[in-house]
Amino acid sequence: MCLGIPGQIVEITDADRLMAMADVSGVRREVSVACVAPAALSDLVGEWALIHVGFAMSIIDADEAEKTLEALRGLGEAQETLEAMAQGDAALAESPVTEVMS
Amino acid sequence: MRYVEEFRDPVAAQDVLRAIKDVVTEIGATKEKPVHIMEICGGHTHAIFRYGLDRLTPDGIEFIHGPGCPVCVLPMSRIDECVEIAERSEVIFATFGDAMRVPGTRKSLMQAKADGADIRMVYSPLDALELARRNPEREVVFFGLGFETTTPSTALSIQQAAREKLGNFSVFCNHIRVPPPIKALLDDPYMILDGFVGPGHVSMVIGTHPYDFIADDYCKPIVVAGFEPLDLLQSVLMVLRQIRDGRAEVENQYARVVPEHGNPISIAAIEDVYEPRPTFEWRGLGEIDASGLRIRHAYQAYDAEEKFSVGYGAGPRLVTEPEGCACGQVMTGRIKPLQCPQYGTGCTPEMPLGALMVSSEGACAAYYQYSAADDVLEAAE
Repeated sequence: MCLGIPGQIVEITDADRLMAMADVSGVRREVSVACVAPAALSDLVGEWALIHVGFAMSIIDADEAEKTLEALRGLGEAQETLEAMAQGDAALAESPVTEVMS
Repeated sequence: MRYVEEFRDPVAAQDVLRAIKDVVTEIGATKEKPVHIMEICGGHTHAIFRYGLDRLTPDGIEFIHGPGCPVCVLPMSRIDECVEIAERSEVIFATFGDAMRVPGTRKSLMQAKADGADIRMVYSPLDALELARRNPEREVVFFGLGFETTTPSTALSIQQAAREKLGNFSVFCNHIRVPPPIKALLDDPYMILDGFVGPGHVSMVIGTHPYDFIADDYCKPIVVAGFEPLDLLQSVLMVLRQIRDGRAEVENQYARVVPEHGNPISIAAIEDVYEPRPTFEWRGLGEIDASGLRIRHAYQAYDAEEKFSVGYGAGPRLVTEPEGCACGQVMTGRIKPLQCPQYGTGCTPEMPLGALMVSSEGACAAYYQYSAADDVLEAAE
């Protein structure tokens, strides 16, 4: 019920009724932009919006999306560092290497 | 599709899963003594099962599936009222497809349609408005169903009908709100909850502050989450870190869609058209104060309850549930779907007895669709 899907607003179709054409996964559908309408409707063209039951409900914030992805990437990098540290600890904990390559 | 694939990256998922495992170990949670995290939203329940996140995450995490599926919490009496309206000869009854198979005491909307009622499945309330424009001699009634995510769409449709003076359009309002049942669950002494994954699309409308009471008054963490697998895993990690650190905060993982203060245009439309009912009945949870919305007097002409004298205010309400149905216990986390005696025998997605088996967002339907085969395997082992 609460499912929403990202769609790109491609053109304003009826400025009076605040309707626009959205491209959702290659399917075009007229949606209401009443909830996200700025003063100049043309500013919406090209924006990605979360579409729910025929309404653009929220403009997707590209900066915030990037920040979230950055945090996820950071997790991977931190993990690599932690793993490297653990490997280092493990290596140090091993009994001293006495064998000498001959 | 933009902002979808990025949040389905399997390599990144492995990193988050490792981090989750570490925090679960730090907390000391185990299969016997798990951390209980409720995902409130039915869309999240569906995603958890669809992507197998319940199986990928460590044993120390137990997901409790919350009441956030509007079709599932709708009492049978409301379906009966839908059927009553839909069977009137002058009515075209427009509904989201999800509601078609929910059983009423007499019949479902699907059965009513088979019996000749003019019931149309639509994608949007705007489609119902268009039906009203094209059929001026008929009464078009839209089944207004859903949480705060969907409420603005019917509010704006009613406002539009009022502007156009469309006298043959009305809404049968069953809109409900997320915070009141969460409070009811937190007040339930039998409910064990350590934290919440908060609903993403409800929050894009109402913002994150309506959940402040969860952190401030009940000292539970809540993280508003998106719907892709990485969104959910990252949110679970954020909840676990709060638990580990002894924090209780409202955090927002889904900031790309959810502004802190929600959507002011949507909130204004809801407040213009709707007001809270003193009380509203939830399937499995009973009556919850101020949890449902009704159409304000100023828009009475667009209120199907007024127009057809059905529903609240039309007489004493009979509360009935199908015999042997344990939806209420599943919905409050007391039992798992598999523990319901009707699961998979007396109640299946094809022949649902309880509402949780109907919607793809219902916990039982999700179990049935995505984990039935695994459970059979497990039982055989």
